[in-house]
Amino acid sequence: MSSWLGFELRVALRFLREGRMQTLLIIVGVAAGVAVIAYISALISGLQSSTLTKTLGAQAHITVRAPDDVVTPAALVTPGSTTLTETQPRAQRLRSVANWQALLPLLEALPAIAGVSPMVAGAGLALRGEATQAIALTGVELDRYDRVVGLRSKVVSGTARLSPGEAIVGRELASDLGVRVGDRLTVQTGSVTEALRVTALVDLGVKDLNRRTVIVPLRSAQSLLALPGGATSLDVTVNDVWSAQTLAQDLRRQFPYKIESWQDSNAQLVSALNAQSVSTALIRGVVLVVVVLGIASVLVVSVVQKRREIGILRAMGATRGQILRLFLVQGAVVGALGSVLGILLTIGMIALFMVFVRGSDGLPLFVIRLQWSTAWQVALIATGCGVLAAIAPARRAAAMDPAQAIRI
Amino acid sequence: MTSQSTDSGALIELTDVRKSYNVGQPNEAEVLHGVSLRVDPGEFIALIGPSGSGKSTLLNIIGLLEPMTSGSYRLLGEAVQGLSDAALTLRRRSTLGFVFQFHHLLPAFTALENVTMPALLREGRVSARQREHARELLAAVGLASAMDKRPAELSGGMQQRVAIARALVQEPPLVLADEPTGNLDTASSDEVFVQLRRMHAERGISFVVVTHDPRLAARCDRLVELIDGRIARDEGIAHPPA
Repeated sequence: MSSWLGFELRVALRFLREGRMQTLLIIVGVAAGVAVIAYISALISGLQSSTLTKTLGAQAHITVRAPDDVVTPAALVTPGSTTLTETQPRAQRLRSVANWQALLPLLEALPAIAGVSPMVAGAGLALRGEATQAIALTGVELDRYDRVVGLRSKVVSGTARLSPGEAIVGRELASDLGVRVGDRLTVQTGSVTEALRVTALVDLGVKDLNRRTVIVPLRSAQSLLALPGGATSLDVTVNDVWSAQTLAQDLRRQFPYKIESWQDSNAQLVSALNAQSVSTALIRGVVLVVVVLGIASVLVVSVVQKRREIGILRAMGATRGQILRLFLVQGAVVGALGSVLGILLTIGMIALFMVFVRGSDGLPLFVIRLQWSTAWQVALIATGCGVLAAIAPARRAAAMDPAQAIRI
Repeated sequence: MTSQSTDSGALIELTDVRKSYNVGQPNEAEVLHGVSLRVDPGEFIALIGPSGSGKSTLLNIIGLLEPMTSGSYRLLGEAVQGLSDAALTLRRRSTLGFVFQFHHLLPAFTALENVTMPALLREGRVSARQREHARELLAAVGLASAMDKRPAELSGGMQQRVAIARALVQEPPLVLADEPTGNLDTASSDEVFVQLRRMHAERGISFVVVTHDPRLAARCDRLVELIDGRIARDEGIAHPPA
């Protein structure tokens, strides 16, 4: 029984071992290429992830709101008549998402969604003694809200707790009002006033947010903002942050609400991240081309050096196909070995980054990790490029006239 | 079984074979001018002639390494002209063994691996039986102790004996040897030639040996002399009884 690629693999490995220095150089070249690609991918991915976490730290990935109020015409336009209208857009009042209690389980059942949190948000004033601050009042169910924005991880003082009459306050607001954990402050909205005890101070990552945020139980906010039983929005967090836009589009088709993804409300950020991704792709492409050319040039030299051996093998009965595969296997082996070395190199470079590249607080600037999926992808591409690079030299070897090759 | 032949009994039959290089160009040159040759099973033929007479070209054509320009070539009764490269390769693999002037061993492989290479080529692996057969052949050519050495570690004569073992390992009906002693000293030449004759006698394999050495040519059974691309002499050689 014949063993598939047995001849090609054995001879290819021996040829590579014979030209040890040449093989080592080409493997190091591929490894360098793979390391550059994998490291840059991991770096950019880490950077984007860090940017997203910092920017979207206190934001939902998708927000579901009641549709905007629009002005409806007083009279229908009759056919054949011309109407000249000038419409003043309506001021948007605080409204509840209709049937949000029914919508909530429907959203939670979707596999792409990791968490949904109903929210009542509106403006108000925080009062303490002589001090008064304009605030963004947010009413939430703490556990659900924590799943969406990870509120508990942002607590800098106290313990996140939202029983009736309790509030979580932004760090800067607490400082401005001179409150600490356990102190009371008064929240006023329109004609309603409620005294709340501060259970925790939070840092949401943006000072301006910290200066305005007061988080209270959902029911308190409903009462303060005159929306009994209502929710001004449903905040949704998804498993894959990049799928938010597509999912939002799908939801818009299904439900009659105003549904926005984080990409819709952060167009500048998305544009910057896309620019990063395009730059990374360009670098990867250029490095891949260099790797392919490197492997190809070394294999071309190898074909020239091995002319006599090719002639001998052909005289012994090696088919053109076997000679072709012999060199393709060499390309694949070099690509695969270079990939393994390159991935190890990447792991080392990432470890160095984590150890030596640190911010002023002594912590790593951001966390970078080499995803196994990325490592596999890069390794497969590099191996594929090895085969691709070997095509031209392999064809040249296969086309060689055995009689002429032996005479050399 | 190595003594294969056709209905006509011939291993190979060349009829009016011509070979030209640079066909259709101003420097077109015909090097074989209508060569006809028949080789029967069990023959040991010396192909002699001055340099440039077309010996190696003729051997390459017989060995299916080069196409002829015109004429007819039947290998084991089958016309080879018009066969694809793959078909020619398969016939070369199963029917012919080669011994070249410059040994042409694969330098990255040991003597034993060189000899088992045809099996690896054919089946993608080397069985224990094939490896044992290769060992026997190497022992038969006096290289029992040098099987694991690479060509660079062997003398010219030893390398040529490895090449002989390799040519015989598949037990082809015909072995083509292009100046197998061409770059060996007299002692090594004799040694190699003795091995060729012994393999011929023991295994019944036919040989066509290109040589410049009249001393060795005289030890063959038949002498074919090629001059200016034509067969000038084709005669049997009588050997005194041993």
